[in-house]
This record gives sequence, C-alpha cells and structure tokens, in this order.
Amino acid sequence: MHPPTNPPRPLRAYGDREGDGMVQLAFVLQLPPSARAREAAKHFAEMHGLKEPLVATMEECAEGYSYFVVYGHSEHAVDVSRIDVPEVRTEALSREDIEHRIQSRLGRKIVIVGACTGSDAHTVGIDAVINYKGYAGDKGLESYKGFDAYNLGAQVENEQLAERARALEADAILVSQVITQRNCHKENAAALIDLAKKQGWRDGVVMLLGGPRIDHKLALELGYDAGFGPGTKPGEVASFLVEKLCGA
Amino acid sequence: MDARKVDECRAIAADIAEDVQRYIDRHTSVGAERTFLRAYGVDGIDDQGAPLVNLVVDRYQKAGLLGRGIGYFLGRALLSGAKTVQDAAERLAYAPDLDAGDGGPSLLEVRGVIAPHAEEALARIDRAKTEREGLKAKHKAGPAPLKYVIVATGNIYDDALQAKAAAHAGADIVAVIRATAQSLLDYVPHGATTEGYGGTFATQENFKIIRRATDEASEEYGRYVFQTNYSSGLCMSEIAWMAAVERLDMLLNDAMYGILFRDINMCRNFVDQYVSRRFIARSGIIINTGEDNYLTTADAVEKAHTVLASQFINEAFARRAGLEEEQMGLGHAYEINPWIEDSFLLEIAQAQLIRQIFDRHPIKWMPPTKHKVGDIFFAHVHDAMFNLVGVTTNQSIELLGMFSEAIHTPLLMDRYLSLKATRYVFNACKSLGNEIVFKPDGKIAARAVQVLDEAVETLREVKRDSIWDSIGNGAFADVKRTRTGGKGYHGVVERSPDYLNPILEELERHAPSH
Repeated sequence: MHPPTNPPRPLRAYGDREGDGMVQLAFVLQLPPSARAREAAKHFAEMHGLKEPLVATMEECAEGYSYFVVYGHSEHAVDVSRIDVPEVRTEALSREDIEHRIQSRLGRKIVIVGACTGSDAHTVGIDAVINYKGYAGDKGLESYKGFDAYNLGAQVENEQLAERARALEADAILVSQVITQRNCHKENAAALIDLAKKQGWRDGVVMLLGGPRIDHKLALELGYDAGFGPGTKPGEVASFLVEKLCGA
Repeated sequence: MDARKVDECRAIAADIAEDVQRYIDRHTSVGAERTFLRAYGVDGIDDQGAPLVNLVVDRYQKAGLLGRGIGYFLGRALLSGAKTVQDAAERLAYAPDLDAGDGGPSLLEVRGVIAPHAEEALARIDRAKTEREGLKAKHKAGPAPLKYVIVATGNIYDDALQAKAAAHAGADIVAVIRATAQSLLDYVPHGATTEGYGGTFATQENFKIIRRATDEASEEYGRYVFQTNYSSGLCMSEIAWMAAVERLDMLLNDAMYGILFRDINMCRNFVDQYVSRRFIARSGIIINTGEDNYLTTADAVEKAHTVLASQFINEAFARRAGLEEEQMGLGHAYEINPWIEDSFLLEIAQAQLIRQIFDRHPIKWMPPTKHKVGDIFFAHVHDAMFNLVGVTTNQSIELLGMFSEAIHTPLLMDRYLSLKATRYVFNACKSLGNEIVFKPDGKIAARAVQVLDEAVETLREVKRDSIWDSIGNGAFADVKRTRTGGKGYHGVVERSPDYLNPILEELERHAPSH
C-alpha cells in the first residue's frame, strides 16, 4: 500500500479503495429481530448518508431490542482545508515527562491547593483531578512524585482558600465550580481573583478554574490562567502546570 | 506452592488485624450508631431530607454522649413513655431538653426494655436470609465463574429494566453502581431516586426496586440472579444493614478501600468496616473486596504481591467479624500491560495462585481497565484473553470486561456483546482447567512462587510497622494516609465503659465455623 502523496480533497472514508467511503455502524433499535427490523436498520443507515447499506448482523440483544452491524458507503466528504482546530493550549506530556521536568527544571515539588468554593458541595471534579484515584484511568495529581497536592474539599470560602494557599506557599490554586444557579459560579470565581489582586499575590500564583460549565475562554475572562471543562483528565492539568511553571 | 508460607501469611495477617481489632473494640462511630438505630427500626427523614437517624446521632455526638451507645438513650426514651422505637427516636432528635442519661432507670432496666427490639432487629435479618436461601434453592445459580455485570443509569427504574435485560442476555449477577461521591456523604439518601451522576444512589427504597426486578428475572429465566451494591464510604455499615434486610446477595466491601481510594480516615474506616461485616456475616451476604483497585494505581507486575498481602489482611478482618470463607469474595484483576512478553502467563500465575490459596472463597476476578484506551475492537480481544484465564483457573465471580471501558458507561449493546463473548469462552473452555498441569519448573510456577515470597515479606513489614504506619508509608497501592487525616475522623467516638449495644453483642456471639 502506498501512502497518498497528495491527499485528495475533500476526503472520503477509506475502506479498501480510495473514495469508496466505506464505514461500519453498530447500533440498537427497539425492535425484535424481523424482516421489518432489518429494513428499519437499512433505512436508518441510509438516513446517515450510507449508500447500499448491508446489514451484516441482526441479533436480539435484550427482549424487544435488536443489535445491528451495518456496512455502507458514506457519501459524506470532509474538506480538510476548511477545518478550524481550536487552540491547543498545551502539549500533553507523559507522566515520565512531567516528573522529569519538575525534577530537572524546578528541583522541588509543585505545591497545589484545590477546592470547591462557595456553597458548592460537589467535589467530583476537584477529586477527579487531585485525588489519587483520578478519572477515566488517569491518576490524580496526588499520584505524582512532583506534586504536593492539597485537596481542601467542598464549601471552602475564598478567604479560607487564599489563606491556606499562602500558608502553603502554593504555586497554583485549582478552583472547581460544579453546581451553579444564576451564574453564581462566575461571581464566586471572579471574587477569588479580586481577593488575590487586593492582597497582592495574584501574579505569583497560577490560578485554574474547572467545572462542567467552564471553558478556557470563560476562565480567561474571569481572570484565571486557564479553564478546564468536563472530561478533563488530571494529566492535562498536570501538563499545563508543568509548562507554566517549569517552562516549555 | 509452599503451604508453610501460606500459613505464615495467615498468621501474620491475624496479628495485624488483631492490633486494629483492639482499637475497634474500644470505639464506635456516627455511622455505626446510625446503623444500630436503623436496625432497631428507626426510619424516615425531616422536611429538609435529613434522615432521622442522623439527627439523633449528631445531636448525641455533639453533646459528647455517643460513647454510651445510642441504644442506651433509645431505651431510656422508651422507659419514659415513648410508645414505639420511632417515637423514641423522634424524642431523642426533637425533645427540647436533651436526656443526658443521668439518674432514672438502671442499666438493667434499659437493657430489658431494648431487648425485644434488638431481638426483632436480628430476626428481621434472619428472615431475609431464610428467604434468600429458599429462592436460591428454587432457582439454581448458574455455573462458575458467575457472570457479573454493572448497570449505572442513574435512574433506578432504568436500572431495573437494564438489570432484567442483562439477566436475559446471560448475566448471573447484576450490580448497580453508585452515584459518584456517594461514599463521601455522611448520610444515606432516602427514597427512590431517578437522577444520579455516574451511577444510582444506594437507598433502601432503590434496593427494594432493583431486588424486585432481579427476583422477576430469576423467576422468568429459571436461574438465580444475584443482586449487588456497594457497602463502602462513610455509610458502609448503614448500607450493609439495608442490603441485609432488603435481601441483596453481595456487597463490595473492603477493610481498607475507603482509606486508600476515597481518603476516608482510617480509624473511622476500620470501625465501620467491622460493624458492616458483622451485619454481613449474619445475613449471609458475600463480600467482594477491592484489591483490583491496587493495580489500577500501582504496576500490576511489580505490585502483584501487595494484592495477595491485602487479601490475607481482608480475610483476617473478615474472620474477626464472623464471616465464613464462603462469604469472602477476595478480589484481584487482569491488569498487566498486555504488550509485555508473556503477560498472559503472568496473569495465569496470579489467578491460579490466588485460587489455590483461597480455595473455599468465592474469588472475584476483575477485568482489564487500565490498559483500555478506546479501541473497542482490540479491547474485545483483550477481554477474551481475560475470560480465558477466568475459566481456566476456575474463578468464582467474574466481572465482565466491557470493550467500551474508558469511553462511557456500558450501553445495552456493549453488555450484550460482552456476555455473548464470555459465554463462548466459558463454554468452549469449560474443562480446560482440569486438563492442564503447570510445569513445576516453568515460568508460571516460578512467578507464583515469587509473588507468594514477596507477599510474606510485605506482611512481615506491615506487622513490624503496624498497619497504621504501613498505610502511612504507601505499602498498599502506593497511597499514603495518616491516622487522623482524611474524611470522617470527627465521627469516631471512644466507647465509654458502660457502652450499651445488645445488637452488636448478639452479632458478636457468632463465630465462624472454621
């Protein structure tokens, strides 16, 4: 097989010939297996833009439910030149890389303090990032030798968080905001930045904001250094901190 | 396998557990006392959703009186005119003046009035056990390894549907995974719940609903369907009691999991695991321990012996709580990097070793998760190899692998395909384990010997340092915890010399038969 020298534009899915658009789809419909169900699966595939769909499998996977595997030629094509990739803020570093950079460039542990602030009692986000167990198979900051991580838990007031972070001489503060009503997550997060500025230590500490309604843009608007949305793995946060504190 | 080394492991583990047991016997906790209140029959919540058992126990803990045992105050309330246990508990929670336990009736009188309620508490658990045994005799359980799957919709009514679908597709055991972070709540939510993140809340009402669904499945498919939930976290003993009376079959329950992976204070965890296991022992529930988790944080080749060492410790704690070996589903997992040479042989070695050491125990075999990254087609092959080890080494309970691990909670289709593939491997290799012998000087035998040797060494070190300090040094799963750190330490209370708890006394009368 020869690698294509000039990728054709627009791109179609590659089965075993250029441009055949072959894809495979597996799904469940709430129908017992029957000729009618098979036809329904075909229609369903066609509606997804698959030409000449072949229902390779139809099996009852639960009472009244059928599982299908369908192959078909997708008519869709992607124009790669028109794709706008959202800004990638940091390169994802491996665990070894993270440990190595902290040790060789900083020569001490990165101290981080995290909390769910204000009235928010939902520690799922901050726990996923900091606690050893981590999230989706990616271990939390506690699991790194290079991080000294303090998870203050839920319902921590901004003043309390600030005091603790300064006492520990934290390099970074992680704020999690999960539950929100009438944008209180924004106000509360912004208030911490104001407090840091007023006390004169904002520039000495990396401040990160996370939560299901947080994105990078919003975090920057609120005065944070970065924002992390749902599905963020601890390794991504660790990579960001290393780049920020130990240089790229 | 050197039987003397196994004996040595058991003896050291017994000493390790004994040291902790001395602490346990001098303490109680808010969670434990709430459990006893529930066992006496106290139920319900206030208009804010706070369980009555929390209101009572918190009030007595704040007053510094919990060390006498909440049963003592319940008895006094009954003697001073409360008509029922519920009425007595409401008085303890809401009466303008707190009864500090001074003067009034003698300890003997209090014992007398509480005794019939303690008897009923135990009879209720015994009735559930008898009913379970009857149903198990009527609908025979499937062959080992029992196929265990998880449902996790967040809505108990959807869970019930999915549980039946899983049973239809061949599952023997259905576990309802808990909502994320429920283990850190210091109360058990009340009633049926339809919203949960990452799982479904464990509540007594939810247990009833899902039990009904799996009972129906047993009836329809003529095969006993086991129901499982999670007795861990700050309410591990309350949940154990709920599972006992709602006739669940298994509980995830570990002597150290909460300390290591949920940062629960170790004093609190040790006290609570003991009380939870006393109820479990009485009810005939099978525990599933969580050693598989060690291998998701630490390396599965280098730290294999810590799994074995922890199993000995879990066994020792379970024995001290009165569990029979047949109730001890010690856990381990297929978590070795699949790309290292002979990784499959290392997995067989570990699985066979644990099967032989714990020969009467319903060993729980857990699937690969750590090295699954989203390639579902490869993951399906990975799971097939895991299944092959499971059936060949005759594991008792097998949590099925899901090819969509690390992507989402299993879809109906994912679970179906996993069950289908497992049925194939288990059936195709049913007698394989009886047909093969391992070369005494081969790689598999050598690996098993090495793991056992290292486990002896680890246990010696843990005994030398005590388990309190060993956990502090990261002996298990590379996680370090301190004696007074973590969540829930404030809920541990020293028992006073006149601590009164007739339910616990009765539970403690039972010793394992072996």
